[in-house]
Amino acid sequence: MCEAHGHGSGPIEVVGVTPSWTSSPPRASIPGVPPKISPLVLFLAFSQMALSGFGGVMPFAYRALVERRHWLAREDFAKLLAVSQVMPGPTICNLSVMFGYRAAGIRGSLAALGGMVMLPMAIVLGLGVAWHEFGALPAVREALTGMSAAVAGLILATAMKMSRAVPPHVVPISLSAVAFVGVGLMRLPLIAVIAVVAPIGIFLAWREHW
Amino acid sequence: MEGALVTSDPADAPVSGALAPMFVHFALLSLMAIGGGVVMVAPDMQRYVVDAHHWISAEQFSAAFALAQAAPGPNFLYITLVGWEVAGFAGAAAATLAILGPPTALSIAMVRASSNRAPGPVARAVVKGLVPISVGLVFATGWILLRGSGSWDFRGATVALLAAAIILRTKINPVWVIAAGAAAGIAGFV
Repeated sequence: MCEAHGHGSGPIEVVGVTPSWTSSPPRASIPGVPPKISPLVLFLAFSQMALSGFGGVMPFAYRALVERRHWLAREDFAKLLAVSQVMPGPTICNLSVMFGYRAAGIRGSLAALGGMVMLPMAIVLGLGVAWHEFGALPAVREALTGMSAAVAGLILATAMKMSRAVPPHVVPISLSAVAFVGVGLMRLPLIAVIAVVAPIGIFLAWREHW
Repeated sequence: MEGALVTSDPADAPVSGALAPMFVHFALLSLMAIGGGVVMVAPDMQRYVVDAHHWISAEQFSAAFALAQAAPGPNFLYITLVGWEVAGFAGAAAATLAILGPPTALSIAMVRASSNRAPGPVARAVVKGLVPISVGLVFATGWILLRGSGSWDFRGATVALLAAAIILRTKINPVWVIAAGAAAGIAGFV
């Protein structure tokens, strides 16, 4: 079953693999071998992940792609995630685009991204419309004020969790502090702050200053 | 920093001249969201649409962010909602295309260039250098959301710190913490 290792030139050239959208459940995923999946199946699968993803889609993507559908081996998910984080933009969307491309080319990447984005977008816009409809009601206003404070706390918690990945060293802490003060307190444009701080940070990281 | 309280209703007064400049600015921001997702560009987005252009108020921005966090799906959706607040459905479409377009093009280019490779040493140095900056920017996001939440006082800060502590200490789904925040608001704690 493993004979079709089309490694090398193209991203999707696994020949002779039974498409996994056929009736039989997909075979256990072979590391390094991307499955071929139809755009429609991609769209539906990514819609399902997105709609399950209250409070973060990534764990649901892992469960669906690796554990339930066996489209990706665990190590391939880890690689895909690492690349998605290095790329700019929303990590889960980058992951959808890249997975979709490997599964079905450009159409696959658009199908996966569309599945990830379209229904949640409709829900969020529905919430926006409802908020403007009922935002004048005192209870709605108060609820949203409380939600906003809680969400601010969630983001601070995210920042705390992220900071665990940064060693307690004077260089990275200074980089964090400059970014916080420049963008959060002084309200300088992000572009200006990044243009100054990012080259310094990357240079010092490259020279292993921490 | 002035506390502009311009309230624009996307239903009846879309800021039409905002579409093109907003698209360009958000597309630029999409390229700067490295190592921390799109949450880290929220402070600059808020500076741009609230402080610099007065298209929406700080309270609207925080509310849009909170609504998007309460919904399922990717967490860039606050940007869709900010676009909607600024210029209606056209604004929502423009903001979404701006934040997704450049990263999607780059992701496709990336996957075409190297089919299955982990980031190399240069990419690792870039990420290692940028992560501390991202951390500072995510802290800044929490800070500006708290300032703009309409409850910038002792009680609002208490709710935020409680929420942060619960998330850090337990494995509870964040949605329940947001719901608890809503309940606290209705009960008059905030």
